[in-house]
Amino acid sequence: MGNIGAKEVPVLLSPEGLRIDGRKLDELRPIEIRAGVLRQADGSAFVEWGQNKVMAAVYGPREVHPRHLQQNNKAVIQCRYNMAAFSVDERKRPGLDRRSQEISKVIAEAFESVVFAEEFPRTSIDVYIEVLQANAGTRCAGLVAASVALADAGIPMVDLLPAVAVGKVAGAIALDLKKEEDNFGEADLPMALVPQSGRLVLLQMEGHMTEEELSRSLDLGVAGCRVIYEKMKAALRERYSVEPVATEAA
Amino acid sequence: MTEEVTTEILQTHILDLAADGKRLDGRAPDEYRALSLEPGYVVTADGSALVRLGETMVLAGVKLEPGKPFADTPNAGVLTTNAELIPLSSPTFEPGPPQPGAIEVSRVVDRAIRAAETIDLAGLCITPAEKCWTCYVDIHVLAHAGNLIDAALLAAATALSHATVPAKRFGIAEADYPLKVHHLPIECTFVRLGDTIVVDPTFDEERASQGRLTIATDEAGRVVAMQKGLIGAFSPDDVRSLVRRAFVHGDRLRASVRGGGA
Repeated sequence: MGNIGAKEVPVLLSPEGLRIDGRKLDELRPIEIRAGVLRQADGSAFVEWGQNKVMAAVYGPREVHPRHLQQNNKAVIQCRYNMAAFSVDERKRPGLDRRSQEISKVIAEAFESVVFAEEFPRTSIDVYIEVLQANAGTRCAGLVAASVALADAGIPMVDLLPAVAVGKVAGAIALDLKKEEDNFGEADLPMALVPQSGRLVLLQMEGHMTEEELSRSLDLGVAGCRVIYEKMKAALRERYSVEPVATEAA
Repeated sequence: MTEEVTTEILQTHILDLAADGKRLDGRAPDEYRALSLEPGYVVTADGSALVRLGETMVLAGVKLEPGKPFADTPNAGVLTTNAELIPLSSPTFEPGPPQPGAIEVSRVVDRAIRAAETIDLAGLCITPAEKCWTCYVDIHVLAHAGNLIDAALLAAATALSHATVPAKRFGIAEADYPLKVHHLPIECTFVRLGDTIVVDPTFDEERASQGRLTIATDEAGRVVAMQKGLIGAFSPDDVRSLVRRAFVHGDRLRASVRGGGA
């Protein structure tokens, strides 16, 4: 875009092919997922992903508010992705901006693609995603948290939805961008995968890539999603596994 | 209720036709509706275009005004894109603050214009950190007969291609001059109807669809933006083949925009 007075671009890729935080191109940031972290919610999850901290809660199926959104043949899925004012470097004005509303829409549509909504007509399944600390990739972290929260709430679904962003950094295709890479990189491509079918239910892109780079990005993202999928299942297993109780003979 | 029943019958019919590679309006799966572009439709705007894509009708107007650059980009002008889905254009639109659908159209169009570097923002700087041109692209949907995103970007791109910087009016230069436009992005939207994926969906096809995918390309052979919308899914191989189709349609549609007519 030429010199438009933006800040100095940091070195994003070392001569050895390592990234700004020392990761390889196909390496994810550390991810920790915990299911069932809120008492009041029907389902919840907390995700710490690199320097992202995201909490998700699910309420429902319950009555639809506002009422006119009610559907006679299925549940509506309402999603609210919100960033806390203190979650970014410069204070963000509280409330839903246009970016948050767009993200809420595509996340709701991703879940509507996998939830058996027809089992709960005239109800609403409300998904709340709160970004507490942001460092690029918050929509994917939010989607992963919300997906685990939906499972925690016992909502029947085709599958969990792992998600990750692939991007182009200093000319190279890289998995799971962090903030500097997102700000100064050439492209960002978030996606969410249905592992069982291998299909994508969320796919966005901004920046520029050739056809060949895009094709490689899809493969890299799908592989990343499969790794995250295992972590999501592990989090649910940890929440619901029970130690067999040794029955002592009287 | 009657409307709902009709809709369901119609949707099933659309899906049945698609299974045989047919469409309700007789088009082939990979065929766009007739496109007409009318640049300069509104004389009070600095650039404008009325676009008709089949029965979908979108009007875009460009206005440039001196303003203040953002603190983090002191040497660049400002670009704002806004789409209004006004209640006049469809029974499904209501008055009030922009709904998620309208926000999605504006943001997906804005993303393509920005990522393709359509306008030279550095060239819109007047005095660094103090004064720059703010370029407003306002998109008015007049008739919603499907595929608003493609029609909105076609209208915005055509309006920008024919826009004038009103430098004389604001006493910034001796004369007005044409706005410099570099790469022209074109968005190409597909929907899945069963196993068939069709381009340029109508309103009814969108309602019957199982997923929508928009792909923006520019003439430098780059993919610059994508957006998957609605309920449904696409495989990576679907995406790859749709990108190929988007480049072919993009080249043809771009020639129309450059030519400034149908």
